[in-house]
Amino acid sequence: MRLDDAFGFGLRALTGARSRTWLMLLAMAIGVASVVVLTALGEGARHFVANEFSSLGSHLVIVIPGKVETTGDTPPLVGGTPRDLTLEDALALERSSAIQRIAPLVLGAAPVSYRQLERDITVMGSTADLMPIRNLELARGKFLPETDPTRESAVTVIGDKLKKELFGNRRAIGEWVRIHDRRFRVIGILKPLGESLGMDIGDIAVIPVASAQSLFNTEGLFRILVQAEGREAVSRARQAVIDIIRQRHDDEEDITVITQDALLSTFDDIFRSLTYTVAGIASISLAVAGILIMNVMLVAVSQRTAEIGLLKALGGRRGEILSLFLIEAGLLSVAGSTIGLMVAYGGVWIMGRIYPDFPLLIPLWSLGAALGISLATGLLFGILPARHAARLDPVVALAGR
Amino acid sequence: MIRLERINRSFMVGDETVHALRDIDLEMAAGDYLSIMGPSGSGKSTLLNILGLLDQPDSGRYFLQGTETTALNETEQAVARRDHIGFVFQSFHLIPRLTAAQNIELPLMLAGVEPAERTGRVAAVLEQLGLSDRARHRPDQLSGGQRQRVAIARATIMQPALLLADEPTGNLDKHSGDEVVQTLEQLNSRGITLVVVTHDPEIGGRASRRIRMVDGAIDPGHPMTGSG
Repeated sequence: MRLDDAFGFGLRALTGARSRTWLMLLAMAIGVASVVVLTALGEGARHFVANEFSSLGSHLVIVIPGKVETTGDTPPLVGGTPRDLTLEDALALERSSAIQRIAPLVLGAAPVSYRQLERDITVMGSTADLMPIRNLELARGKFLPETDPTRESAVTVIGDKLKKELFGNRRAIGEWVRIHDRRFRVIGILKPLGESLGMDIGDIAVIPVASAQSLFNTEGLFRILVQAEGREAVSRARQAVIDIIRQRHDDEEDITVITQDALLSTFDDIFRSLTYTVAGIASISLAVAGILIMNVMLVAVSQRTAEIGLLKALGGRRGEILSLFLIEAGLLSVAGSTIGLMVAYGGVWIMGRIYPDFPLLIPLWSLGAALGISLATGLLFGILPARHAARLDPVVALAGR
Repeated sequence: MIRLERINRSFMVGDETVHALRDIDLEMAAGDYLSIMGPSGSGKSTLLNILGLLDQPDSGRYFLQGTETTALNETEQAVARRDHIGFVFQSFHLIPRLTAAQNIELPLMLAGVEPAERTGRVAAVLEQLGLSDRARHRPDQLSGGQRQRVAIARATIMQPALLLADEPTGNLDKHSGDEVVQTLEQLNSRGITLVVVTHDPEIGGRASRRIRMVDGAIDPGHPMTGSG
């Protein structure tokens, strides 16, 4: 038998029994489309959660002066250390490739006044990088300028609560406030973000770190916030911090480095369970698709036992009869999978239009799995009954039993 | 051309063994016209299936054109069916989605004949059977007699030496049945060996040689007319 004849026979078999062919195409298409769309939704959810988590600043390493010897104790706010953590220490950390950016922190309480109003608040001295590290957002104005951190500058960014208490509904940007005995110009107002690092950022004033050092008359830093290059770089960053500071502190490890290990492991747990969920969704829909295809193919081929008997009576060899059905099942599987893929991509495109914020991704492995399963089940369950029929006695097959 | 020696065939029906054929001996020459008659269950269809290599005997030997077919494997038997044997069934067994011409073409397709040659041969057979204007009709657009003649065309397209017909008129009215029988007899007159299984004594009686089967054996009391 010629190959083009076999393909022609298969095509005629498919176009000759239209309703059956459409049913099988539908089963294939639904199977493929459901696998692809469901995994796209699952992957989308996973990415959504992953993005939300990374915006929490999980690559953070916090450096505190003083060595905590006992575990279970809270880190000392000001350790009685022989050496302060200085601004130079902080700037030296930027050399490490594992560290993306740093923000030195000086903290103190001071009265802030505007005209007759005065409030006692927390004053935070830092640099421009504090904003990306803590994911601060501005309601208005600008954050601290990106200048040399060792230079003083009389500007401040205030929390929204402080702004309301001092200025009410009036314009605050450009006004001068007095902090302790110095005057600072308000250049920005923070958006309310709730608690951050255990502080209410609505009630603070941020000023350049050098200004804070001279305001509170201290060389030592309260903390250094270090942002690693990524989640994987956190442990390298931690080691780099310890090495650099030890080198600068005469080979003495007099700092405490905190990573958000607990947060990270929670993140990993959630991440892993989401991955399992997606895999579960995919395997269930693959199984459903496979069974759907299997059923339709089984019914279709067993309806044609008599035809197989006839082909045997006409002198068709077993291999020839099998290849006829293999080609037919192959054509059907390819067509069904193609339709399924088109439906899936169309569906994902439409969902992307409706929910533009939700990241919908079609993972490559799901495409492969969907196509693989539909082709495999299509061919397998097209061939198995045909193989059974081709092995039958021609007399029995002709009778259609 | 055909020689059967002590052919036996039995089936299991439930726990009972039914002897469909018992020690059948039969010899036929090329160009013979043989009818097989007998009541239901007498084994006449089983005999036809064995002649057509659709069924294998439990014991005995079957020579077809000098070859012992019982020694052939499955594939060799399929090729022998394709090249030497044509079948005509009571229920036609046409493939409903294919046109008359495509149905007739099937054996040529299975044999791997070039498409150009196939078209010519199919047209010739259609012409010969007076079906040229029905070539592009599907079976459901044909009358019963036309369907059976398409089936005969399919059975003879490979120019087989042996044509086997199992109740060829069983599903047809008298008029169409006569037409079909005449078509078969025409083919026989051109040299094809014809075996017809039938209930109908009138049709069976037309054969030059007649056998009657009873309980799986050829009835010896029945007169065998014509030469072997």
